[in-house]
Amino acid sequence: MEDTVISVRKLTNRFGKTVIHQNLDLDVRRGEVLGVVGASGSGKSVLLRSIVGLQHPAAGTITVLGTEVLTDPPTETEVKAGNPDAVQNKWGVMFQDGALFSSLTVRENVEAPMREKLDFDAQTRAALADLRIAMVGLPEKAGDLFPSELSGGMRKRAGLARALALDPQILFLDEPTAGLDPISASEFDNLILSLQKALGLTVFLVTHDLDTLHATCDRIAVLAQKKVLVTGTMAEMMEVDDPWVRSYFHGPRAHAAQMQAAD
Amino acid sequence: MSTARSDPDNKSRARIVGPVTLTTLGQQRTFLDGQAGAMSLDFSGVTQLDTAGAWAIASFQAAEKAKGREVRIENATEAQTLLLQTVVEAMPSPRKRRRRLPHHEAGDLLFDVGKSVSVFAVGLGHTIGFLGLVLTRLATTALHPSRLRFTALAHHMQQAGLNAVPIVGLMGFLIGIVLAFQGASQLEQFGAEIYVVDLISISMLRELGILLTAIIVAGRSASAFTAAIGSMKMREEIDAMRVLGLDPIELLVLPRVLALLFMLPILGFVANMAGLLGGALMAWIDLGISPAMFRTQLAANTAVSHALVGLSKAPIFAMIIGLVGCYQGLQVEGNTDSLGSRTSRSVVVAIFLVIVVDAVASIFFSIWGV
Repeated sequence: MEDTVISVRKLTNRFGKTVIHQNLDLDVRRGEVLGVVGASGSGKSVLLRSIVGLQHPAAGTITVLGTEVLTDPPTETEVKAGNPDAVQNKWGVMFQDGALFSSLTVRENVEAPMREKLDFDAQTRAALADLRIAMVGLPEKAGDLFPSELSGGMRKRAGLARALALDPQILFLDEPTAGLDPISASEFDNLILSLQKALGLTVFLVTHDLDTLHATCDRIAVLAQKKVLVTGTMAEMMEVDDPWVRSYFHGPRAHAAQMQAAD
Repeated sequence: MSTARSDPDNKSRARIVGPVTLTTLGQQRTFLDGQAGAMSLDFSGVTQLDTAGAWAIASFQAAEKAKGREVRIENATEAQTLLLQTVVEAMPSPRKRRRRLPHHEAGDLLFDVGKSVSVFAVGLGHTIGFLGLVLTRLATTALHPSRLRFTALAHHMQQAGLNAVPIVGLMGFLIGIVLAFQGASQLEQFGAEIYVVDLISISMLRELGILLTAIIVAGRSASAFTAAIGSMKMREEIDAMRVLGLDPIELLVLPRVLALLFMLPILGFVANMAGLLGGALMAWIDLGISPAMFRTQLAANTAVSHALVGLSKAPIFAMIIGLVGCYQGLQVEGNTDSLGSRTSRSVVVAIFLVIVVDAVASIFFSIWGV
């Protein structure tokens, strides 16, 4: 299925006089892992926040799964009632440091979206939460811990488990491997890839990590000069003749990542 | 909607139909519960499958397996098989969910009392230690005044002092009015209206002005100090200071405590004056005591020592509020709950201590005979 699940058109974002995006266009296809890269401050996270409705853009249209999220947002009651057609129930977002609710245990964190939106008994909810916790590779006892008792990597996994709680079709990941050691980072890459394959997810991945790009992404979109400069596969990125893209994908770190990926 | 049904021809072969997802989970589980004893599960009619659905299937399989029956999955697509496999691998082993019921035993009350006493004692010890620490830093700063952060000091003097003038002034004014009004109706019965001046001036100058000012400042500034320092603690800014060799006490606590030390007496004075003003106004309206008469009576009967006794408590209150606010801020831990509870505790403790010290001071001054 080669249809478009997210389509961003002529998106403009500005903070005061600083223009972040100008007429930005981007398409995300069903079932792909799209890596979004760009220099710090190029508006990768702002783009993610715009798509999920946390940042209201100055202009442009954003269509997710056929819903115009800016002009036609589902009413709050619809989202809350767990209407499966509401687009907010079809995506999951994992924030940079997990953004777990600090007063709840990990299991309660994963249960939270189900508790709000679905009408399950406590046992089913807990079992489904435990399943998600196990699927992201957390040990069983992690469910009873509070976020402050977890390491950074575990917090990210718990954040991923919560993002998966409602079985979303699209998964937004903001810097999933930032701050992880290389072993955990590559485990996380594999986790995302295997979940994506098993669940048929579309993944929108904001990252700086070249290894992650090599390991997981089907396509890459480069944000620069206030728009999406180029999109394409890793191989295509290597051929792009733009100074910034060249230095990004041909820098010393890129070579190391490339060699690792080739192994 | 899904129409799950069993195959009428073959009881051992169940056919599951429609979407098997989070939204249809209830229905599909009811269907599966009715299929106990099935040898195989036909997937050809499944239109959608997600992890919740796969979990329901896997639970069904596990339940049958426990009874010694293997349930085969038939006609599943490759993606569905992969998903099922992932879920089966991740299935947490069934375990008894520990119910954390509150557990009571004889002696619990005693234990709780002992625990809170020991927590209180330890907390008190820490607070005294903190007081000592701040006093040492204060002494160091007194020897080297250039170490004091004047910008921060001026900022906090404005925040905690100048910005509190309107509310403190209004509070004093209203208290003056209330005292005059209540006093007037009582004293009128004895024809001793003129003594309303003494009532207002002594109670306001000696006790109420500074006490109520301290309570307002505790509510305003102790909470602000705790929240500001606490969120810095959460964001590891305090740790960063320590690593850089900067002293958080000197940088954060001293300017705040000193700002209160300077400003609270002034605020107390503002409250006193506003109280006298409000009292004089009410005495004029209600009892016909002219402002000139009020002034004469005030000057004749109320010694300056009353005002001095009142204001002498201001620095102590300022220390209490500043220390409690900053101390609670530094005790904040890594989660948002602790920030909230510390902030509320800081206000409660500060107000409580202010009132206790005021009572002690009252006794002290009366014994001393001032």
